[in-house]
Amino acid sequence: MTEIGFHSLCKKFKKTSVIDDLNLTIENREFFTFVGPSGCGKSTILNMVAGLESITSGMITFDGHSIDGLPPGERDIAMVFQSYALYPHMTVRENLAFPLSVRKVPSADRQREVEKIAALLALTPFLSRLPRELSGGQRQRVALGRALIRKPKVFLMDEPLSNLDAKLRIEMRTELKRLHREFPVTTIYVTHDQEEAMALSDRIALLHEGALRQCGPPQEVYAAPANLFSAGFIGSPPMNFIEGTLLLDLPFLASRLAEYRNQPFIAGIRPTDLRITGEKRENTLSGRVLFLETTGETTWIDLEWRGNRIRGKTGPVRRTARDETAYFTIPPEKLHLFDKSSGERLW
Amino acid sequence: MTHRKGKEGAFLFLAPALLILAGITLYPLLHVFRLSLHRRLLIFDISRFVGPENYLYLLGDTRFRNALGNTIYFTVLSVLLELLFGLAIALLLNRHFRGKGLMRTIILIPWAIPTVVSARMWEWLYNPDFGLLNHLLGFRINWLGSPFLALNAAVAMDVWKTTPFVALLLTAGLQTIPRDLYGAARIDGAGPWTLFRKITLPLLMPVILVVLLFRTLDAFRVFDAVYVLTGGGPANSTETLSIYAYKILFQTLQFGYGSAISVMVFLCVGLFTLLFIPLLRRRKV
Ligand SMILES: Nc1ncnc2c1ncn2[C@@H]1O[C@H](COP(=O)(O)OP(=O)(O)O)[C@@H](O)[C@H]1O
Ligand SMILES: [Mg+2]
Repeated sequence: MTEIGFHSLCKKFKKTSVIDDLNLTIENREFFTFVGPSGCGKSTILNMVAGLESITSGMITFDGHSIDGLPPGERDIAMVFQSYALYPHMTVRENLAFPLSVRKVPSADRQREVEKIAALLALTPFLSRLPRELSGGQRQRVALGRALIRKPKVFLMDEPLSNLDAKLRIEMRTELKRLHREFPVTTIYVTHDQEEAMALSDRIALLHEGALRQCGPPQEVYAAPANLFSAGFIGSPPMNFIEGTLLLDLPFLASRLAEYRNQPFIAGIRPTDLRITGEKRENTLSGRVLFLETTGETTWIDLEWRGNRIRGKTGPVRRTARDETAYFTIPPEKLHLFDKSSGERLW
Repeated sequence: MTHRKGKEGAFLFLAPALLILAGITLYPLLHVFRLSLHRRLLIFDISRFVGPENYLYLLGDTRFRNALGNTIYFTVLSVLLELLFGLAIALLLNRHFRGKGLMRTIILIPWAIPTVVSARMWEWLYNPDFGLLNHLLGFRINWLGSPFLALNAAVAMDVWKTTPFVALLLTAGLQTIPRDLYGAARIDGAGPWTLFRKITLPLLMPVILVVLLFRTLDAFRVFDAVYVLTGGGPANSTETLSIYAYKILFQTLQFGYGSAISVMVFLCVGLFTLLFIPLLRRRKV
């Protein structure tokens, strides 16, 4: 039942600025994700919320109250680490019970809570094992259980799925969603995987070089990336970018683009929106096939078009070979336009 | 067939090492044991087999019992203090502060000084007339002259000298404990004392046991530190088993009886090691 506020938050390590003026409010019960490339400061933000890392300037608030100076144990938070950070010398049972025993919860209550959480996460058969005797997925669930057992106000998760194999990762996503429904606690999630962020979150925040690049619901960020970074980071395969100069007013372009006439800009088109066909039709452009990649359902084709390498999509049965000519259409309503110098979205 | 060949090959590779080990440890060991069953006095040119006579004599030898007591006292007290101080220093060195690298180097200095040199140094520190210790305290205590003080003075010197080694090993051990564990435990609500007791201590235990084994074996066989400092005096009050054996062997040249004392030292150390090994195995995390 906590709303988390970041107010002009800055973090420097020695002279290097890692987080620069972060302003953000995370709603009560929201599943909120910080996503960005490795090294952009995601873990640093979580550690500051947890109280494991000091704040250089600015403030973090829980429900409007500054938490500055509160030790980690008094913030009523729980955290899942990328490394899981299970206590290697304690059994699963002892690991799960640790947050309770530290807080002097009576042994009978402790026992009951451990049984409950173990049942919830299908860990009951492993209660007397040591962490090293568990598989990666089981360790992950113990880490989740240890975080859940205290029913904290805020849940922090630092790349909790990145050590799992692809299949398990997808399974655990569903599991995390289920848990968030069952324990609707304000959750800050951190990942470098944009797909994971999109799949899990109510809202995502894109971080890059210590700055917030865009923040909003996943569909919104996907549909209208606010800048080049956002456009290139969200979506897989990544968006094609084509440089050019705005010459004529297309009828669908808003009139506010008029001022950009004869200015350099960058056009973006997602590979899913770029349709490739075998035959020349009206309004098609033609390119040379560079590369094909089949995923079963779709085939991705890389084309060379006027010095640009662009990727597009075609059905499963399309038979094309390298160096052949292929034709494609760019649906104008799917086009994204960005200012070349600032990288900001124009349209 | 090829399997057998492989095994023989392995033995061939090991053979040189085994031969050298046999030559420099097993043979002398057996030889000392053989000597201990003889009455051999070099000055009188006596050498005859006497069976367990030397060992029977040991049982009633009060000087042996005194040396054994001194050795145990020295070992228990010095190892305990070294472990305590070493742990404290290691915990301090494991924190981040300015000049940490320099501090680490400085702290190793006592260990880098040869034992004989530091024993001489401490002898002067303890000197009743010109020693720094009395000068600072304003007393005139004869540190090495009183039977009670002398053994403790030797312990103090050994602690000063060996604590850095213990601290170094424990620092290495501390660095293997993942930082995330401390983060997780702090979030779980653990204070400094709980962190130490529930995380640091259990995870450091394998290293502590190794340190304990090393240091106990070393301290039990202590010779040069005490011998240079006090020569075993006053009135044999600092005579350890190694010093006693040395005096019997090389000052009175009673090779048989001296060997029997040496065998006893070996048995004590061996017994201790045997007790320790299962602990080390069990504690592997
Ligand atoms: N303790 C530290 N001292 C100095 N620099 C650090 C420290 N922790 C992190 N950094 C730097 O801060 C940046 C952000 O790190 P981090 O938050 O771990 O990134 P992410 O979790 O997004 O991969 C990185 O460039 C990293 O090198
Ligand atoms: Mg990280």
